[in-house]
Amino acid sequence: MRIPVSWLAEYAALPDDLTTEALDAVLVEAGLEVEEVDDLRGRVTGPLVVGRVASIEELTEFKKPIRHCWVEVGEAEPRSVICGARNFAEGDLVVVALPGAELPGGFKIGSRKTYGRLSDGMICSARELGVSDDHEGIIVLESGTVGEDARPVVGLDDVVFELAITPDMGYCFSVRGIAREVAHRLGVAFTDPAAKAVEPAATEHPPYPVRVETDGCSRFTLREVRDVDANAESPEWMAKRLTQAGMRPLGLAVDVTNYLMLELGHPLHAFDRDALEDVMVVRRAKAGETLTTLDDVERKLDPEDMVITDGTGPLSLAGVMGGQTSEVGPTTRNVLIEAAHWNPTAIARTSRRHKLTSEASKRYERGADAAISLLAAQRAADLLVEYGGGTLVDAVADIDHREPITPITIPVDLPSKTIGVDYDRSTVVAMLEAAGCTVEGDEVLTVTPASWRPDLTDPADLVEEVARLHGYGHIPSSIPRAIAGTGLTSSQRRRRRVARALADNGFVETYTFPFVSRDRADELGLDEKDPQREAVAVLNPLDDAAPLLRTTVLASLVNAVRINLSRGAKDLAVFEEGLVFQPAEGWSDLEVVELPVSKRPEDEAIAAAIRRLPVQPRHVAAVLCGQAVPAGVDAPGRAVDWADAVEAAEVVAAASGVTLDVAQGEAAPWHPGRCAALRVDGVVVGHAGELHPEVCERLGLPRRTAAMELDLTALPLPDLAPAPVISHFPATLIDVAIVVGETVPAGEVEAALRAGAGELLDSLRLFDVYRDAKLGEGKKSLAFKLELRAADRTLTNEEGVAVRDAAVAVAAERFGAAIRE
Amino acid sequence: MSTDIEAGLLQPEALAGAVKDAAAIIAAASNLEELAAAKSATLGDKAPVSLARRAIGSIPGKERGEAGRNVNAARTEITGLYEAREEILKAAEAARILREETVDVTARTARRREGARHPINVQMDRIADLFVAMGYEIGEGPEVELEWFNFDALNIHPDHPARTMMDTFHIADGKGEYGSNMVLRTHTSTVQIHTMLTQEPPIYTVAPGRVYRTDEVDATHSPVFHQTEGLVVDKGITMADLKGTLDHFAKSVFGAEAITRLRPSYFPFTEPSAEVDVWFAAHKDGPRWIEWGGCGMVNPRVLRACGIDPDVYSGFAFGMGVERALMLRHGITDLRDIIDGDVRFPAGLKVEE
Repeated sequence: MRIPVSWLAEYAALPDDLTTEALDAVLVEAGLEVEEVDDLRGRVTGPLVVGRVASIEELTEFKKPIRHCWVEVGEAEPRSVICGARNFAEGDLVVVALPGAELPGGFKIGSRKTYGRLSDGMICSARELGVSDDHEGIIVLESGTVGEDARPVVGLDDVVFELAITPDMGYCFSVRGIAREVAHRLGVAFTDPAAKAVEPAATEHPPYPVRVETDGCSRFTLREVRDVDANAESPEWMAKRLTQAGMRPLGLAVDVTNYLMLELGHPLHAFDRDALEDVMVVRRAKAGETLTTLDDVERKLDPEDMVITDGTGPLSLAGVMGGQTSEVGPTTRNVLIEAAHWNPTAIARTSRRHKLTSEASKRYERGADAAISLLAAQRAADLLVEYGGGTLVDAVADIDHREPITPITIPVDLPSKTIGVDYDRSTVVAMLEAAGCTVEGDEVLTVTPASWRPDLTDPADLVEEVARLHGYGHIPSSIPRAIAGTGLTSSQRRRRRVARALADNGFVETYTFPFVSRDRADELGLDEKDPQREAVAVLNPLDDAAPLLRTTVLASLVNAVRINLSRGAKDLAVFEEGLVFQPAEGWSDLEVVELPVSKRPEDEAIAAAIRRLPVQPRHVAAVLCGQAVPAGVDAPGRAVDWADAVEAAEVVAAASGVTLDVAQGEAAPWHPGRCAALRVDGVVVGHAGELHPEVCERLGLPRRTAAMELDLTALPLPDLAPAPVISHFPATLIDVAIVVGETVPAGEVEAALRAGAGELLDSLRLFDVYRDAKLGEGKKSLAFKLELRAADRTLTNEEGVAVRDAAVAVAAERFGAAIRE
Repeated sequence: MSTDIEAGLLQPEALAGAVKDAAAIIAAASNLEELAAAKSATLGDKAPVSLARRAIGSIPGKERGEAGRNVNAARTEITGLYEAREEILKAAEAARILREETVDVTARTARRREGARHPINVQMDRIADLFVAMGYEIGEGPEVELEWFNFDALNIHPDHPARTMMDTFHIADGKGEYGSNMVLRTHTSTVQIHTMLTQEPPIYTVAPGRVYRTDEVDATHSPVFHQTEGLVVDKGITMADLKGTLDHFAKSVFGAEAITRLRPSYFPFTEPSAEVDVWFAAHKDGPRWIEWGGCGMVNPRVLRACGIDPDVYSGFAFGMGVERALMLRHGITDLRDIIDGDVRFPAGLKVEE
């Protein structure tokens, strides 16, 4: 909403010394967010005066017709001015920028020779002055004094505030509403612009036959003006204000309705009475009806849309936009003015349904003041008569189905209790009255909100009015007493430890948008039946190419890897932890459960409703490529491989206090021979290894890129851990090399040795894998270091050998393993 | 060899000469190898003091005592000279080895990859820590939400103007159409509802988290961003408590000089509602008020929808953008640096954890 200060000042008695900054602060304190302050006074600098065209000489020797004018500007002699426009005559008053003036865009006016004549100034158009976009010709003034400053005449003496209006302050989509707020804050007089007209009484016969057949219209009023020049140019003051408010003057009838909408906040509509046929009926649309609205769009109407119709069908989409057939046109002589009040919800729905937001719908959606419908229509008729020269028809239609406004009861101390400011009764009452409410009662107030405040429905709304109108600046700063909190939860602490551990181990944390393309599943090589293909889709994605929500973090994390590669990075280790989205089984067949808001929904209802939500576990994934250790002065460097990914998973596991069982796995998008399945307590919680070469190729990742992904949610939270037994006796060290078949996993041999060694085994480590023809075809030797220790004694060599033999015996039993001699 | 000659070795003058000679030999040794040879020459079997010891047997018994003492004294003196020299040479040798082992400590290649946490997540952890210190707990909720949690329960009914103000990502239903009744949460206020449905007051919760709106990426917008929600529901909670809590929060994020200012505003889930501005002294363009977030007293309708009696309890709630605060604090001018996944951003912006 753009509001010129001069318009505001007409209804709020602004002090003369009120600065722009002070008014800005006042508006903000009232809850009207100032988006822009447009100081028109600075648009044109230097001399800009009213001039009178004394004579016009038509110059025809040039490519286009040019006028050489002598213009009186209040000096001893008229000035010579060259002008290309033709919409003025000798004797007209115009706006002249004299040498030394500077127009918007840095256009400096000087004395110069052009078209063989001296041009000693410029006759200006509205666009050149930055007043409006109108470039149809130069401005011809209705009145003015030659030689005087032209700024006030064209509206360049004003400051325009552009305000953002919150949904609860619909009444501030008007000068009336804003003036009321400003007057209250400044403690100055407010004059209600609605009082400019006198409400007439409805007559037995309306100016035009009309029926209201919908409950969505609580008031419908009509006034009529005959033999009016509906397209007359609007008076300068009105055109100026419309322009300042950002609307284009189009002709008297339309301008009057727009002007009053801005001033009163009540939309109006002007019909060409002679274009109407039969009875006007206000009703809901019928299925199949269409209407071509003023924006030249043919709209299929919905049975919920409210329309104003005549014998030919819908004339206008009620409260939103008029139709083309009944508009005021060039030939209109008789104007029917409609001012009605529509159900806000119905208007909001229609507006949304047709994706059509108009100045009228914005106001009706937030609730216009039904009390002034007829006043607004009357005022429009008065202005038409005054400036368009018509006759006001006596007949008045006022179909009034308004419900009385429901009073709200509120304990007088509720504002104090809620805000923490001690408001006495008289303050509470004064503030509520300032909001336009009628207040009765003592300890408990009965408050009837004003007709323009449909947003006030609850005691809390009244509390806000008291606090707001008294001033938020008065609210003190206190702090609630600390309560007995329990800190982060175990899983929250784990989440931090995991991220910190990965960062400490050389991984950079990043996050990616969870939106992925439909092709991503193929790029990752997911099997046709892979459940990770089951994804939830966004109905209105920003990027149509990426409508799905990720089912794994890797699916989107690879995007970050690609960004870094494209920017020249080669060695990368990144990780991300975040939610993934897995559709709940059969969710789309489950019924949508409607939950109430008037009371807490039943637990069963909540549970049933939530059943349709995707399962959203928290995953952590890491990707590595390039060199794990860069080549340096003392080392040749080492390329990333599958083991780095497994180790990353182990970092996560260690930080989570769980032990991963690592076993040969096979899952997309990993290399089928270089993929580890990661289990905790027998449950697969993720995979790690080298990515499939084809996946790397499809995604543009370097060969041998390694990755891991773990379901953090699936990791059990650690229990109270038992303390380790610390032996003070020396360890017995034994190396053992075991020969097994090539296909036997080292991890399983290790597990067998552990099982066989029993309690005396302190640690076990694979330190060599050896293959040789002497071992035999398809055999390998695995060398382990065993560290044995007892809690209560130094082990003898015999005991050590016995443990080793027991360990090997289990390996032998499970895999036919033999000790390599 | 005659016994006279042997006995002559025992003469005090001879012993003194042997000591003098030995001193010269030991002093001449310039390294441990030469010192070993010197030891053999001065204290070895053929050394004068050793020969002198053997000669003791050839002299009369009553003279042996004194001769023995003289020989021992000479030997002790030579041993002392040797040990002193050995200590010096050993120290020189150790110093030589250390000198030869000297490296250029600046000729080094990093062996460890440098990791980093993302500043947005660190920022959210710090906020969590501040509120945990005040007794709060950290709330959580899903990112794909039922519309009821994102809108209805927060007093944003289907026809509410605010429902169109928020640019919501809707989840497609099973047929790929509208009507799934699910959205990507547009604000962390959903966590208020989860918290109130599962906990009895007193409730003191903050919920940092990821939210989604259909804004195209530019220097100040992203469809994926982060908020910190705060919710307190207790007996006797006032808007002054809200103001004090925000002042405390502001100081932690924007420095000790920070204060807040409340401006009337509108949110369906709070009444009264306010926008919070904060005075940021360290702004890169000079101290100023900056818009920080929204807040207000929990709307009794919201309490009621969650089964909390608004006649007994009152509460406040607030929501702040995490990115905006990070950008202001560190003078980041383009949001895309934060969100595009370039590892140089987390690696280069060290935020205190």
